[in-house]
Amino acid sequence: MFQTRIHGRGGQGVVTAAELLSVAAFIEGRYAQAFPSFGSERTGAPVVSYCRIDKKEVRTREPILEPDAIIIQDPTLFNSLDVFQGLKSDGYVLVNSNKSLKELGVADAVKKIPNKHVCNVPATEIAMKHMGRPMPNAVLLGGFAAISGQLAFKSVEKAIKSKFSGKVGDGNIAAALAAFDIIKKIITTKEKE
Amino acid sequence: MNKLDNKQRVKFYQKGTFTVGNRLVDKKARSVQASMERSNAITSGHRACQGCGEALGARYAIDTVMRVTNNKAIACNATGCLEVFTTPYPETSWQLPWIHSLFGNTPAVATGIAAALRVKGKKDVRVIAQGGDGGTTDIGFGCLSGMFERNDDVLYICYDNEAYMNTGVQRSSATPPTARTATTMPLGDAPGNVFGTGKSMPLIAIAHNIPYVATATVSNLHDLETKVEKAMTFRGARYIHIYVPCPLGWGHASDITIQLARLVVDCALFPLYEAEHGAITGSTPIRKRVPVEEYLRPQRRFAHLFKKGAIDTLRIAKIQKMADENIKRFNLLRKETESFDGVTGISLKESKYT
Amino acid sequence: MLEQIEGSSAVAKCIALSRPEVICAYPISPQTHIVEGCGKLVKSGKLKNCEFINVESEFGALSVAIGSSATGARTYTATASQGLLFMAEAVYNASGLGLPIVMTVGNRAIGAPINIWNDHTDSMSMRDAGWLQLFAETNQEAADLHIQAFKIAERLSMPVMVCMDGFILTHAYDRVDIPSQEKVDAYLPPFKPRQVLDPANPYSIGAMVGPEAFMEVRYLAHEKQQRALKIIPEIAKEFKDVFGRDSGGLIRNYKLEDAETIVVTLGSVAGTIKDVVDKMREQGKKIGVLSICSFRPFPKLEIRNALKNSKRTIVLEKSLAVGFGGVVANNVMMSMQGTGVHVYTVVAGLGGRPITQPSLEKMLEVAEKDKLDDLTFLDLERDVVERELKREHASEKSGPIAENILRDIAGLEEAKR
Repeated sequence: MFQTRIHGRGGQGVVTAAELLSVAAFIEGRYAQAFPSFGSERTGAPVVSYCRIDKKEVRTREPILEPDAIIIQDPTLFNSLDVFQGLKSDGYVLVNSNKSLKELGVADAVKKIPNKHVCNVPATEIAMKHMGRPMPNAVLLGGFAAISGQLAFKSVEKAIKSKFSGKVGDGNIAAALAAFDIIKKIITTKEKE
Repeated sequence: MNKLDNKQRVKFYQKGTFTVGNRLVDKKARSVQASMERSNAITSGHRACQGCGEALGARYAIDTVMRVTNNKAIACNATGCLEVFTTPYPETSWQLPWIHSLFGNTPAVATGIAAALRVKGKKDVRVIAQGGDGGTTDIGFGCLSGMFERNDDVLYICYDNEAYMNTGVQRSSATPPTARTATTMPLGDAPGNVFGTGKSMPLIAIAHNIPYVATATVSNLHDLETKVEKAMTFRGARYIHIYVPCPLGWGHASDITIQLARLVVDCALFPLYEAEHGAITGSTPIRKRVPVEEYLRPQRRFAHLFKKGAIDTLRIAKIQKMADENIKRFNLLRKETESFDGVTGISLKESKYT
Repeated sequence: MLEQIEGSSAVAKCIALSRPEVICAYPISPQTHIVEGCGKLVKSGKLKNCEFINVESEFGALSVAIGSSATGARTYTATASQGLLFMAEAVYNASGLGLPIVMTVGNRAIGAPINIWNDHTDSMSMRDAGWLQLFAETNQEAADLHIQAFKIAERLSMPVMVCMDGFILTHAYDRVDIPSQEKVDAYLPPFKPRQVLDPANPYSIGAMVGPEAFMEVRYLAHEKQQRALKIIPEIAKEFKDVFGRDSGGLIRNYKLEDAETIVVTLGSVAGTIKDVVDKMREQGKKIGVLSICSFRPFPKLEIRNALKNSKRTIVLEKSLAVGFGGVVANNVMMSMQGTGVHVYTVVAGLGGRPITQPSLEKMLEVAEKDKLDDLTFLDLERDVVERELKREHASEKSGPIAENILRDIAGLEEAKR
């Protein structure tokens, strides 16, 4: 089972991100479960969503306490809560930022994690460029596919298409692909180091 | 001049309002109640009190609906006197399909019946919802407003006897000021129900802009039947508020039910009017006005206003003022520019209230 | 056809496939997506011959359903928590009148304090109203149970409540097999009402029944639910014949055959417990889980037979009978009378408190040592509770407990400064 936890703020599409992840996994013929942390949160409040992917039926319904991957859609959350809690020692971290985790001041939290499992990508800027909207969720999924290798980019593309049609879908896919490529390059560089 | 040469102005009280089954009246103009073929939707054997205004009003109204719909109507009833005295299990008085669910949900149940009929394409079957003042103006208010707002195809009829009679005469929001009820006893500084409370359900219905609203009483059979018939020509939410005296609850003689219903109109405490889509379209002028005292005296619920040697002139005057305001508001003392035709009911085009 | 879909969407689709004629509902978290989904299907024309009515309250919703069902239309509504209570009068009325209404309850806690998260308090509050109550373990089952519910309700002429955990199931994306219209039509025949409001054959429904007949009427309602104990498994079997999967039924047994410790529960938490059971089985522990699907009628005999050879039974429930203990546990204990099996009550997940595998494992370890209290509140914050009790003891104050706890915490903050 691969467990991903997504952190962000209300209005950034955190819930949709988990849903898209689950749809991508479904497209690959796997079982997936996605759910939000639910709440009466308004736009801007911290929200969490979860996605479990497995070869067989996912039966458990608890929140993800020991994620294999964490996606952080909003780095300002570092001041509010411990987004890294429970992260597995060989887990993946993807942060929406043009700053590295060291520059963001949270390098300590990921010091045990292998270097090539930790990446940052300026998803919001990429989204603005390709979609004209600061919606980083689908972009980060492209990055997630690259960093974790859990999903083929084609699956992410199909998932995005299933939810967003026409120009919106195309924009999201282009942005996701951009992030995918960027992350792939970063990982290749890190592997060489 | 020979007196016989003067034209006699014969007042046919035998015609129009004051007779039920007059053979002198044209067949088409006769009331439903005058016909042997009427559905008698509330058949005899029910357990209503002697002189019950509601039993009368309900039979008048439902028989009219049955004639108009060719006996294709379904009735939905609130908890209350009408429901209780017509369905003493295992017997029932009702000659049409009838359902009683709860006290406060009658309009909503009716909405459901109408929806089911619509989906099944039964356009010719019509829905009646009915209840007393308590079930309508108080506990059923929310559901009623919802039904009005959705403009569901339901005719809601309220039989207003101005208190919760079924449970022992407790005050409702339809109870008039100074009236004695079990929860507004004639004691203390403000005996009976207090002034400054209550609501006009007909006016609230009008505010919902529903297709048709009317008030009626059991004293004017033709008027009531005409209004019910008219209501049935509309589709959508309709409301008729019928004033029905209650001998037991009001403490009046059981043989003056209809007389009291006439007095309440003639003293202007209960104006007769109609409205369509939020605007009052007409009112019935008072033929012969009487002071409110004439209406109040025969009822024991107002007895404390008429104590020997201590008549409550202050409160009676306040009630008179309410009547005076109705006169103004609904233009009830205008001249009859045309002969009052009880069959068509409403007369005037001009109305001071829009 | 398999879809990766939100639980609510799956339910809405299966409701639509069941060809309802009237849908009326009032929005309340967490059922909103179901009703919105149904509304969309009607408005777009995808769901034909169906009236969708926006009502003014939950009381209105079930009342509209009563009128519609009594007129012979297949009727559906949905609610949760506060909404279920607001329609409580109508809930009893619907079952008293024997109307085959199907209603989804998106299980949610009941205030005060107001809480929008999942537990079973709402359904439990109506357990004796005469409705059948079926609990879904997964979103697949939630979708399937609605189709079965119409069949059960119409066969028995009794309303059915399909209970699914609010948010945990309603708002979760899962893989669900949405059946075809042909299969649903083959399984679910058109509604043939027992008695219907019809001018062609008029009669009166809803008379006042006095002392001379009321007991008989109530007895017959009880007898209907006894009959349902046979009908529910029949319907589930018919479902399997048509759709090819197990869904519904009275109870589901998981690794019970030689189990010494059995956990009894309802709803989605059964899935979490199954994972714990598998883990503990690997460690050689003889443990299993019994998931109750039909809570009303309560399958006393089936539960007794499944549990009677266990050493200990732990009822893990998301409900609390204030002043008594467990609601479900109480029903289980009654079924176990005379068997000598000790039944423990574990109240968990109230107001949406997550039930985690580590907490379950810890509790089960204690249970295996027979050291579990008769009544346990899983993951209770003891120190918060103890401080509040101390404060209450020192100075009696009326008012809500939740706000009083904060007063206590504020006092602590003051003391720190």
